[in-house]
Order: sequence, then structure tokens, then C-alpha cells
Amino acid sequence: MLTLKLFWSFFKIGAFTFGGGYAMIAMVKDALVDRNKWMDEDEFWESITLAQALPGVFAINMALYTGNKIKGAAGSFAAMMGATLPSMIIIMVIASFFRDMNEYETVRNVFSGIRPCVAALIIVPGIKMLKKAKVTWATAWIPIGACLLILLFGISPVYLIIAAIIAGVIYAKWFAAKRE
Amino acid sequence: MLYLQLFWVFFKIGLFGFGGGYAMISMIRMEVVDEYQWMNAAEFADLIAISQMTPGPISINTATFVGFSEAGWLGSVVATFSLCLPSVLLMALVLALFFKHKESLYVKKPMEYMMPVVAGLIIAGGLLMCDRETFTSWLSVVIFGGTVAAQLLLKKVSPILLIVISGILGWAFALL
Repeated sequence: MLTLKLFWSFFKIGAFTFGGGYAMIAMVKDALVDRNKWMDEDEFWESITLAQALPGVFAINMALYTGNKIKGAAGSFAAMMGATLPSMIIIMVIASFFRDMNEYETVRNVFSGIRPCVAALIIVPGIKMLKKAKVTWATAWIPIGACLLILLFGISPVYLIIAAIIAGVIYAKWFAAKRE
Repeated sequence: MLYLQLFWVFFKIGLFGFGGGYAMISMIRMEVVDEYQWMNAAEFADLIAISQMTPGPISINTATFVGFSEAGWLGSVVATFSLCLPSVLLMALVLALFFKHKESLYVKKPMEYMMPVVAGLIIAGGLLMCDRETFTSWLSVVIFGGTVAAQLLLKKVSPILLIVISGILGWAFALL
């Protein structure tokens, strides 16, 4: 039953995700944390961090990790299927009938409304995540720096993640050495 | 043979595709247009436009589309699940290691450093969307501001509902 509910939650999310995986964050949090209380906020942001650190499709990583947390392997599978099926069904229908959706004026108009909404749906959870990551004024340079490196220099997120992992390992080593 | 090629192409992309949907699109393009020549650059551009305008993760949409246009519905199933497979395998590995060593400093500290970086990445992703294509009129500004306010002020707000309302507003505004 829980597995089915999980599938349905991700199915709805998959059907309303416009603009890539980050746009899913707000919806997944709404479904898993706020509405169903399947996990708490700390666990949620932990899953977002891990999903981003792994290669592959962010949305799929997020579905797999949260699904597993809630209902083990069956939960993982249900969440992944839920997140991919709407895409597959819709794309197959469209690929069979239309070639260029952009030609339809109604579609263009609807998207002119959706785009700014999605941008806000990505930025606000990102800012909320800062609080959960326990960012203080002393450490604010980390997210701001990461943000600027991407916006201004187009640096790949991979390098930033790797840098964070290395910094963490060095700190853990230093901490362990100090304790001895 | 074609199914095997589809599997291999999208498995590779799933395995080495870091950095989200848009970074993956250029990888898919290299394989699909340059390497295997399943479609030309213009056809690929159309396909990306459709992938962006239909719901779902962009890379999943692209994989489904390429698979469908090359080998029908079975092709799209093969392409999509090949793209997901590396995630499944890696996630199983990470989960086994992560939960076993969750209390270790060597897991905790990197997580602590990664979280603010990922928050920065997400904010950058949102800001990158704030271009001239997104802000086309005063209505875009109103929708953006309204969505920010709804998320900050309301305790519980359905993002799906916000998207539906915004879509309707965009459509109604054009009728005026």
C-alpha cells in the first residue's frame, strides 16, 4: 500500500515537472516531507545532496534514494517507475503525433506563465536548504562561491562537488589527528 | 543490434553524466548526432525543444524520444532504462556504504561540506532560468513574485497547484 502511494506521488510529480530535475525538489519535499511525513527535513536535504553528488539523472537518483529510505528496494523501484512513466507515456504520444509543439500558440502562452513559476520553485527551496546546511555568515562564501563560479564561469558542478568531498576528507583527517 | 547500441549509448550517458540535464544533452548529442548519426542537428534541436516542453526530467524525455524515433516503443523503453541503470547500481553501492559508515567522520564531514555547495548549485540553476525568455512581461514578474511569496508565507502549498495556476495565467493573459 505504501509502495503504491509512493509510486503515485512520484507519478504526479513526474507529470508536472517542467524544466529539469531541480524543479522536482519543491514537489518531492511537498509530497514526502510536508504532506505524508515519510521523512523529516534533515533526511530530505541529505538525500538531495547525495542525489546531486552521484552521476546520472538527478531526478532518478532522488527518487531512488528517497524511495529506498521510505520502503527499501520496493520503494526505490516504485519511485523510479513513478518518476519515469509520465515522461515516457507523454513523449511516446507526442512523438507519434506532433513534430514541433512550439508552433502551437496556446502551448507557448501556457509556458510563458509556467517558466517564472518554475524559476521561483527552484530558488526558494535552494535558499531554504542553506538554513538546513547550517550555513552561517562565516561559511556563506561556500554556497555563494559555488553559485558565482557556475553563473560567471560556467564551471561544471562535478568539480565543485569533488572539491567539497576533498575538503571534508582533509578536515576529518585533521580532526582525527588532533584528537590523538 | 540497434537495441544493443541504444543500451550502450544511454548506459554510458547515465554513468558519466554529471551536472544535470543540460550537461547530459550535449553528451547525448555527441553520440546521437555525431557518432551514430541517428538524426541530424536540426532534428535533434527539435527533439530537445519538445523534451523541454513536456513534463519530466529532460534527459529521460530525450532518451525516450531518441529510442522511439529509432526503434519504436521498445526502443524508448530500452533507452530510458539504460539511462537509469547506472544510477540504480551506483545508488545500491552508495547506500550500502553510506549507511554502514554514516557515523564516520570521513562520511559526515564531506556531507557537511557538500550540502552548502549543492544549495549553491540549486540556486544557480534557478537563477540561470531567470533570463529574457523567462521574464517576457510584467506578468512573468508577478508570477515569479507570487510563487516566491506563496512558498515563504504559506505553511503548506502545493507546487503542482502553483504550476497549474501559472500556466492558466499565461494562457489567459495572451487572450487579453
